[in-house]
Amino acid sequence: MSLKKALKAASPLTLRIVAECQVTKARACDLILPHCSVSTPVFMPVGTQGTLKGITVDQLEGLGCQICLGNTYHLGMRPGSDLIEKASGLHGFMNWKRNLLTDSGGFQMVSLVELSEVTEDGVKFRSPYDGKEILLSPEKSISIQNSLGSDIMMQLDDVVSSTVTGPRVEEAMHRSIRWLDRCIAANKNPDKQNLFAIIQGGLNAELRKACLDEMTQRNVPGFAIGGLSGGEEKDDFWRMVTLSTDYLPREKPRYLMGVGYAVDLVVCVALGCDMFDCVFPTRTARFGSALVPWGSLQVKHKQYAKDFQPIDPDCQCPTCKRHSRAYLHALFKSDTAAMHHITIHNIAYQLSLMHSVRQSILEGRFPEFIQMFMKRMFPSRDQYPSWAVDALASVNVKLE
Amino acid sequence: MKLELSRVVKGSRLGVLKGLGRMGQHSLEVPGCLVYTHFGTVPHLTQDTLRTLKNLPSVTQVTLSDIAEHQEVLEEFRDGFRKFAGLPDTVLYCSLHDPAATSPTGYTTNKTVSVWGSGGRIELTVAKFMALQKTVQPDWYQSMADGETWQNNTSRKRVRKSVDRTLAHLDECLLVHQNSQELEGVEVFGMVEGGDILEERIRSARETAKRPVAGFCLDGLQTGSLQQDLRTQLTAAVTKELPENKPRLLQGVGRPDEVLACVEAGVDLFEGFFPFQVTERGCALCFSFDISPDSERAVLELNEERDAAGDLQQNGDLDEPTKMTYFEMNLKDKRYQGDFRPLVEGCGCYCCKNHQRAYLHHLLVTNELLAGVLLMIHNTSHYHSFFGALREALANDKLDLLKRRVLGRPGQTERKE
Ligand SMILES: [Zn+2]
Ligand SMILES: [Zn+2]
Repeated sequence: MSLKKALKAASPLTLRIVAECQVTKARACDLILPHCSVSTPVFMPVGTQGTLKGITVDQLEGLGCQICLGNTYHLGMRPGSDLIEKASGLHGFMNWKRNLLTDSGGFQMVSLVELSEVTEDGVKFRSPYDGKEILLSPEKSISIQNSLGSDIMMQLDDVVSSTVTGPRVEEAMHRSIRWLDRCIAANKNPDKQNLFAIIQGGLNAELRKACLDEMTQRNVPGFAIGGLSGGEEKDDFWRMVTLSTDYLPREKPRYLMGVGYAVDLVVCVALGCDMFDCVFPTRTARFGSALVPWGSLQVKHKQYAKDFQPIDPDCQCPTCKRHSRAYLHALFKSDTAAMHHITIHNIAYQLSLMHSVRQSILEGRFPEFIQMFMKRMFPSRDQYPSWAVDALASVNVKLE
Repeated sequence: MKLELSRVVKGSRLGVLKGLGRMGQHSLEVPGCLVYTHFGTVPHLTQDTLRTLKNLPSVTQVTLSDIAEHQEVLEEFRDGFRKFAGLPDTVLYCSLHDPAATSPTGYTTNKTVSVWGSGGRIELTVAKFMALQKTVQPDWYQSMADGETWQNNTSRKRVRKSVDRTLAHLDECLLVHQNSQELEGVEVFGMVEGGDILEERIRSARETAKRPVAGFCLDGLQTGSLQQDLRTQLTAAVTKELPENKPRLLQGVGRPDEVLACVEAGVDLFEGFFPFQVTERGCALCFSFDISPDSERAVLELNEERDAAGDLQQNGDLDEPTKMTYFEMNLKDKRYQGDFRPLVEGCGCYCCKNHQRAYLHHLLVTNELLAGVLLMIHNTSHYHSFFGALREALANDKLDLLKRRVLGRPGQTERKE
C-alpha cells in the first residue's frame, strides 16, 4: 500500500530538507530537479524571452545560477512553441544546461495585453502581433509549457490584482482550483516536468485557507503562493505569506512569486518560503542601479564619476573584481556593456545573499544573520520597515 | 617598436611588429588589425565574453572622442587609462576619432581640432591634446591632425591647408612629447593627409617621414569618402614615399575587399571597427577565407547563402558604411527563423559553438541585448581569422586564391548594375 502510494506520488522532483531553523520557519533544502540540484532558499533570475538581459548562459552558470525563468506568454508568441519544441525545448533553444521554470502565461496576459477577458474556458485575448483572437486555456498553457520542456511548470491561474476585493476574488480562487485540475490532467510529461499549484485567495485569510485546503489535497510536487506582490499593503502581504506556509506541506517546495527585494527575501525565508523570482534585479541594472548590502548604488550618478572603488569591495563578482564605479559610470555613456556589468553584479548579489542565508540556516545562526543583515541595510533601527519588524516578531525574531 | 618584414609580395608586406608596449613584451603580426573599443570596452562585451576569443590582437584602440570628456577623472586617477578601464595586459593605441562614427566638419581651426563625445563637442589645442595623452598613458598615439578633407569636392586650397596644419600640429606635439617625462617610451604616429589630391598626399607623406615618428596613419581615405580605385592609387603613392621599416595604418577602412586591395597597396594595419558595424545592423559575417585544398565545397555553400541573402551591395558606387555588404548574412531575415545551424559551419567561436541561427534570429526580432553580444563575438572572431588567413596566404603565395575566395567564385559575374 505505502509503496503503491509512493509510486503514484513519484514526480521528477525530490526535496531534501537539510536544515530547519530552530527559531523561525526558515529551512534549507536540496531541491533535486531533472537538470541539476538546486540549493534553497533560491532566487531565480528571470529570462523572459529565453535570454537573460545580455548575459550568456556560460556567464549565468559561472555565477552559480541553478535555475532561471522563462515566460510562456512571450515565448509562445515568439518564436512559438512548435519551433522551440523542434529545438529540443527551451533548454536546447537557449542552450541552458540547468533547470528552467516557466510561468503559465496568464499573468502576463492580464497585465500586458489589453482586451483580455477571463471566462471559465480560459483567458481570451487579441494577439498584439497579428490581431487574432487567442484563447489561453489551462490545457493550452500546459501544452505550450510541455513544448518548452521546463523542469517546473506553473498552473494557469485566474489572476486578480491583489488590491481587488469582493466576490471577484472568491470566484478567481475557485476557478484557479478548477483550472489546477485541468492542468494536472493536461500534463503530457508528468514524469519529466513538475507542475506547481498556485495558492490564490487575495488578501482574504479565509479564502486563502479554503484554497490551501483544496489545493493541498491535489497530488502536485510543489506549491506557489500567488496573487501577492502586486501593490498591496506589506502588512497584508506578509500575513498571507505566513498563513500559506502554515498550511503548506512541509515536504514540498514553496515558491513565493514575484518577490525579489533583499529585505522581502530575508523576511519571507524566515516565514518559510524556499523559492523566489523577480525581474527587479535585472531590470534595475539597465538603469545603472547596483544592489549592495546597504541598499542600492546609482552608478550613473555624478558622485561616482571619480570613485575608484568597486561597486561593493566585498563582492566577488567579475564586475567588482575588475572595474571601478568611476569606469562603469563613464562606460554608461559609451557602451551597453556597462549594463551587462551591472546585471552580472546584481545577479551575483541576489545569489550570494541567498547563499549566505542558506549557510546561516545550516549553521543554526539564521536569527543572528537577520540582525546583521538589517543593521547593514538600514542606517538606524527606526528606519526598519514596521511590516518587517512585525513579520519577524511573528517568527520569534525581535530586531535589536 | 620594430617592424620585421619577412616577405614583400607585389606590394603586400608580411611581417611582425615587435617590441610593443613599454616593456617591449608584445608583438603584432602584419597585415593586421587592432581591437576596436568604446572607451576600452569591445562593444557589447565584458572581459569574460571577450576572453572566449582566441588569438585577439595585442593592440587595443581607444579614442579621444570617448576619453576627452573624462580627462579630469583620469587626471585624478593618475595611473593611466589601461588601469582605469581594467584592461588586461594589452598595448594601448590612442587615436583621435572613432572610426565607426562620422564627425561633423567645419569646426577645425588653425590651432584646434574637435572631437565629439557623449556630451558634445570638445575642442582640443595641442596643449590639451598632449595633456590628454599624458593622462591616458598609451603605448602609442597618433598626433593631432586636421583630417577634414575626406569629403568629395574639397578644394585644393583646403587640402593644402590641412597638410600644413597637420605638419605644424605634429611638430608641436613632438616638441611637447620630447619634453615630457611621462611620455618616455611612448611612440607617436604621424598623420598623412592630402585628401584626394596626389601631390598633396605625396607632400604630406614625405614631410611626415622626415619627423621622428614610429609609424604612419593614412587619414581621409575611409570607406564612403572615395572609390577603391582612387584609394588604391593614392595609398600606393603614399606608401612608396614612406620608409620601409615603419608601419602604416589605414584609418576608416574595414571591408574585406577594401582591406585586400589596400594591403596590396602597402598597408600594414587596419582598425577593427568593421565587425562592430556588421553587428549593429543585425548581421553576421559569413564570407569564406578558407584557402585549404578541400575548401571548395564549403565555399560553394557559403556563396549560396550570400546569393540568397537579399539585396547585396557590390563595389561600385560610394558605399555607405552602414549598409549591408556582400560579406554578411542578415539574421533578421525570416528564412533563419527555423534554421538550427550555427552562424558559420565550422566556426570555433563561442556563439557558433553554442547557438543556432534560429536563436539569433529570435534575439534580434525581440530586441534582446544578447543578440549584440553573440554577434559581436562571432563577427570579431571571423574578422580576425580573416586577417590570419590573409597572412597565411601571403606566406604561402596564395593571395590570388584568397582573393577569389573572399571576393566570390572564379567566373562568377560581378553584380554591377
Ligand atoms: Zn559585484
Ligand atoms: Zn562564429
